[in-house]
Amino acid sequence: MKLLLGNDLKTGAVVWWTGRDWSLHVEDAMDVGEHGETIARAEEAACRVAGAAVIDAEPGEAGPRPAHIKDRIRALGPTVRPDLTLKPADPSVGSWVI
Amino acid sequence: MYRYDQYDQAIVDARVEEFRDQTARRIAGELTEDQFKPLRLKNGLYLQLHAYMLRVAIPYGTLDSRQMRMLAEIARKYDRGYGHFTTRQNIQYNWIKLEQAPDILADLATVEMHAIQTSGESVRNISADQYAGATADEIADPRPWAELLRQVTTFMPEFSYLPRKFKFAITAADSDRAAIRWHDCGLRLVRNEAGEDGFEVYAGGGMGRTPMIAPLIRSFLPADQLFGYVQAILRVWNRHARRDNIHKQRMKILVHELGAEEFTRQVEEEFAGFEARDVDPPRAEYDRIAAYFAPPPFETGLPDEIDRSDPDFALWLDRQVAPHKAPGYAIANISLKPVGGIPGDISAEQMEVVADLAERYSFDELRATHAQNLVLPHVRKADLYAVWQALDAAGLADVNLDLVSDIIACPGLDYCSLANARSIPLAQKISTRFADIDRQRDLGELKIKISGCINACGHHHAGHIGILGVDRKGTENYQLLLGGSGAEDVSAAKITGPGFDEDGVVDAIEKTLDAYVRLRDPGERFLDTYRRIGVEPFKEAIYG
Repeated sequence: MKLLLGNDLKTGAVVWWTGRDWSLHVEDAMDVGEHGETIARAEEAACRVAGAAVIDAEPGEAGPRPAHIKDRIRALGPTVRPDLTLKPADPSVGSWVI
Repeated sequence: MYRYDQYDQAIVDARVEEFRDQTARRIAGELTEDQFKPLRLKNGLYLQLHAYMLRVAIPYGTLDSRQMRMLAEIARKYDRGYGHFTTRQNIQYNWIKLEQAPDILADLATVEMHAIQTSGESVRNISADQYAGATADEIADPRPWAELLRQVTTFMPEFSYLPRKFKFAITAADSDRAAIRWHDCGLRLVRNEAGEDGFEVYAGGGMGRTPMIAPLIRSFLPADQLFGYVQAILRVWNRHARRDNIHKQRMKILVHELGAEEFTRQVEEEFAGFEARDVDPPRAEYDRIAAYFAPPPFETGLPDEIDRSDPDFALWLDRQVAPHKAPGYAIANISLKPVGGIPGDISAEQMEVVADLAERYSFDELRATHAQNLVLPHVRKADLYAVWQALDAAGLADVNLDLVSDIIACPGLDYCSLANARSIPLAQKISTRFADIDRQRDLGELKIKISGCINACGHHHAGHIGILGVDRKGTENYQLLLGGSGAEDVSAAKITGPGFDEDGVVDAIEKTLDAYVRLRDPGERFLDTYRRIGVEPFKEAIYG
């Protein structure tokens, strides 16, 4: 599956395209299929995100899991500061990333 | 240290307002990202994996307590309570919001700081010996020259759109603590037999995907001709640089392709024109700047004896404290490398502790080092125990300067959009594996440097042991290099063989060091043993 991610223009936070809007949580991301680049151009033109990019992911029970470690780190936060990730209280997130 | 005059302040304030306007236009949609990117980069603002990242310049690594407190306030007010000291003596914040970036720059400007020269194709923040002005092994404080260079290169049109970034490093000491030959232009202040000051000039060094050690192109350049000469260097590079190929734009490629002799000939030819036109600033301008770097009012008659009865303090004293040029004073190194910690990271609270110590005990002066540590440059020996106690209470009294756990590491894939592999977890595992201080001391001076990609921000080419993270089909892989140095005995590290996974490279380092312990002669550092016996015994230990 294909996901679309970017950085929120004002905050820089990593956000995922949900089909209607952007979410901080990769679990909310939808498969953009072949439409990712078109959506990315429109959303960048609307100044909602910067650095939009289409990435590969695998579907899972808990939601999509980006195929590349870089995108999994982007989805969660730095592996070396679990307190600063989106799931600071979840001890299993490390294995999700690695 | 240097203080802004009204012109400096006006320049920086105007720059803040200019960026405030540019940011507002970007948010309003009047600028595209392609249009805005070069503008934000000229103000040190990157877009990284998780957020915007702001890199703040610390010219030649020198700052005062007021500035350090502002860095703490920015960490707390705009970021997530910490900052990261980099391998170019700067500090960067990882969680910046674009809409707040102009306010941060405005706050920085109130303490004579900015983010200019921390990104883009410009002359970057000039790095220097962190012991400058304090160490006995230098002929003079080189920072006035660094400040002069900073001023003449900032916003100079010819240097604003260079082929690529350009890095200076400067020292005036025999010991090279600034890795000058790994820079585009390395300068060492020397004094000739007539008692005149001048520079050894090295040009064409650099790391990245093509590591080059800068050759000497001038053994004695009269100091007051410095600007004309570096302008000639930059002009020759600007004229010939391969702007068509990003991998060949740095000056090291030009020096390599022309050859040092021909490059030097062209620089000298260009310089002859500058010399005739007398382009250097007047001596009075140098004197004006140098006055800011006058030695602090050291007390005389202070004792050199230190009470070593506290064994933990004695350990710190032996490892972290360096000789000072003034009797009764010492240079205190502050480790930002706790075992299992993140190299270079420091909390806002720790910054404030360090600022307080600088104000109270070090003539209000601090230094950031390219090895991602801090320095209190002018501490009375009688005050060292109090300094150590305060550092210990703040978690800043680690005893590992230049030991195996004093690891340089770039932010790597945990933060950086360019990285291929994580650097920090590797540093944490290595420092944990070798946590035992007696073992560290037995291993002696050992400089491990880790980069998460070929850009080499972690200086892996200059590591006694270097590690380069690469992406192997989506998996992190680490190449091990041996034999590099950034010091006066400069050398480039060589790859040992096939790479490893994260745990594998830690094991490989342990095998390397076990071999070193077996094979070393008395008094030999790891690097000495490596140079004496070559790589093969280590390869046998690692891969055999």
